[in-house]
Amino acid sequence: MTLTNKVVSPIATRKLTTAKAMVEGIAQEMERDPSVFMMGEDVGSYGGIFSSSTGLLERFGPDRVLDTPISETAFMGLATGAAVEGMRPIVELMFVDFFGVCMDQIYNHMGKIHYESGGNVKVPLVLLTAVGGGYSDGAQHSQCLWGTFAHLPGLKVVVPSNPTDAKGLMISSIRDDNPVIFMFHKGVMGLPWMAKNPRSLGPVPEEEYETPIGKASIARPGNDVTIVTLSLSVHHALDAAEEVAKDGIDCEVIDLRSLVPLDRTAILESVARTGRLLVVDEDYRSFGLSGEIAAIVGETDPTLLKAPLIRVTMPDTPIPYARTLEYAALPTRDRILAAIRQITH
Amino acid sequence: MDKQTKLGLYQIMVLSRTFEEAILRDYHADKTPNWDIGAGLIPGEMHLSAGQEPVAAGICAHLTSDDAITATHRPHHLAIAHGVDLNKLAAEIFGRETGFGRGRGGHMHIFDPATHFSCSGIIAEGFPPALGQAFAFQRQNKKAVAVAVTGEGAANQGAFHESLNLASLWKLPIVFVVEDNDWAISVPRHSSTAISSNAQRALGYGIPGTRVEDNSVEEVWAQAKVAIERARSGGGPSLIEVHTVRLLGHFEGDAQAYRDDLEGLNGRDPIPLYAAQLTQEGILDAELIGKIASDAKGRVERAFDFAKASPMPSADNVSQYVFA
Repeated sequence: MTLTNKVVSPIATRKLTTAKAMVEGIAQEMERDPSVFMMGEDVGSYGGIFSSSTGLLERFGPDRVLDTPISETAFMGLATGAAVEGMRPIVELMFVDFFGVCMDQIYNHMGKIHYESGGNVKVPLVLLTAVGGGYSDGAQHSQCLWGTFAHLPGLKVVVPSNPTDAKGLMISSIRDDNPVIFMFHKGVMGLPWMAKNPRSLGPVPEEEYETPIGKASIARPGNDVTIVTLSLSVHHALDAAEEVAKDGIDCEVIDLRSLVPLDRTAILESVARTGRLLVVDEDYRSFGLSGEIAAIVGETDPTLLKAPLIRVTMPDTPIPYARTLEYAALPTRDRILAAIRQITH
Repeated sequence: MDKQTKLGLYQIMVLSRTFEEAILRDYHADKTPNWDIGAGLIPGEMHLSAGQEPVAAGICAHLTSDDAITATHRPHHLAIAHGVDLNKLAAEIFGRETGFGRGRGGHMHIFDPATHFSCSGIIAEGFPPALGQAFAFQRQNKKAVAVAVTGEGAANQGAFHESLNLASLWKLPIVFVVEDNDWAISVPRHSSTAISSNAQRALGYGIPGTRVEDNSVEEVWAQAKVAIERARSGGGPSLIEVHTVRLLGHFEGDAQAYRDDLEGLNGRDPIPLYAAQLTQEGILDAELIGKIASDAKGRVERAFDFAKASPMPSADNVSQYVFA
């Protein structure tokens, strides 16, 4: 079964959190394919700091669910080498912010070996990592950084926003023959110890299914404004869209679901209809996703836009600790509302 | 150690040196009159391993093509001793479509799945992927081992230390090899490293470590035998450091003005030294030395002819193989 958009199978009446949906996808793949294993810091008896591996150790044992030392360079590289030899590792980088201690293994090895080998060596692995802020974790534990990974060739970058996609994208990522950076926002996981949006709990089919990597989903269809976004910001955009709908403004919300590959067609088709483009991105403003989307429209047909596009993003500022400051920086529902009002004014 | 083994070590060392002499000839042939590193049939940085052949020959004598070996930016001797296809190796160095990486990799980025050979141009960063190869062999219940090679300058990198710890912790079937050629580009070992032997560092991670002091291929062979058998039988990792010699510059074009050990350097060339030893032992004579040299020359020139006759990659395919 393949889910190509947000439509959920009618039998999916059971609801799971995003975390549980992801873990179910991992468990089904581990059951199906003995070459799949999981490792990372605290993925064993703790079950993942953000519940990304709950119950896997009990079910699959310590040979396939491995707690690693705090030694990211060693175990990221280990994942690459094991993938080269035919295994399918799922390796967790606890917070994406920690990439600095192991980035050589990611962008110089994981991402380049297939190309350098002229296609003779494959590196099928999933690098699972938590992203995002909103809970006062400060500048070193709150970043999104998907633009950084998407900028570097050879890495697919997957960013689900809800339980249904999280499971399907996880299964697709594990089956993919490339390194896939799977970035889950802590705010969409449905964690009991963190504020969560109501869509963190959603219908999830019990069977295995793939959600294609590289196909955006129309989270809300509309004709007046195109809001291109991803991850937790999808929910803020949906909330804002519901609010302005009361005033007769009809927003389309595009959930990109992956940065690499990027669904250019979905963006351009929508902008061609609405003529108004709002990009909402919890990553830093400059040199990233929001600029890339602006460039795609500009390179394709700048006359598509009836009004200047607006970017609602993190400023180019380290993420602050104090709640007032952090929420001034985050792309909140209120900032999106103001942008919709401005672009439709 | 029997006569055939000794002859085999000598032949591999000669083959590697002959291959690099051919690179030297062709690399420098068309970079004049104004020497341009990016010009010529073989463009780019070129790091030759001449002098370090005993490490490759002594280690790889115990490996089969099921075993993995990870080399550095200076990989030719290890690739050749591990038995990669010489045509594909030469073709990759010439940047041809028939090379190991179809011209995408170059001499620092050689990947041969048939012999599990790979290398990394980033200092010490070949170690972590080698852990993964060893991990896979362990999980797949294979008897294969991984060998991870790096230089003495790399032993101060975090990746080196993290890898020793994790390999020891998980008892991975891996052998770490440090080629101590005295020089991290221009920085001598005594200016970079707080202790005199990396074998001590191995001990700090609970794994056996040894240092071969005199670039002796037979001593490398003997130490590697123990370490590789230990890894293969489930005994876990070991480390071997070899005090070897870099006969040439860090890269071709390196004037080596910093170097204070050039005098007498040729006297440290391990190939004539080993030839003299084997002659004294009655294993080699002038005729056999000549035959080994001409056999090597024949193989190398055939590989170079293949490379030069091979097509360049098409510019249309520049982005092919980014993704599988």
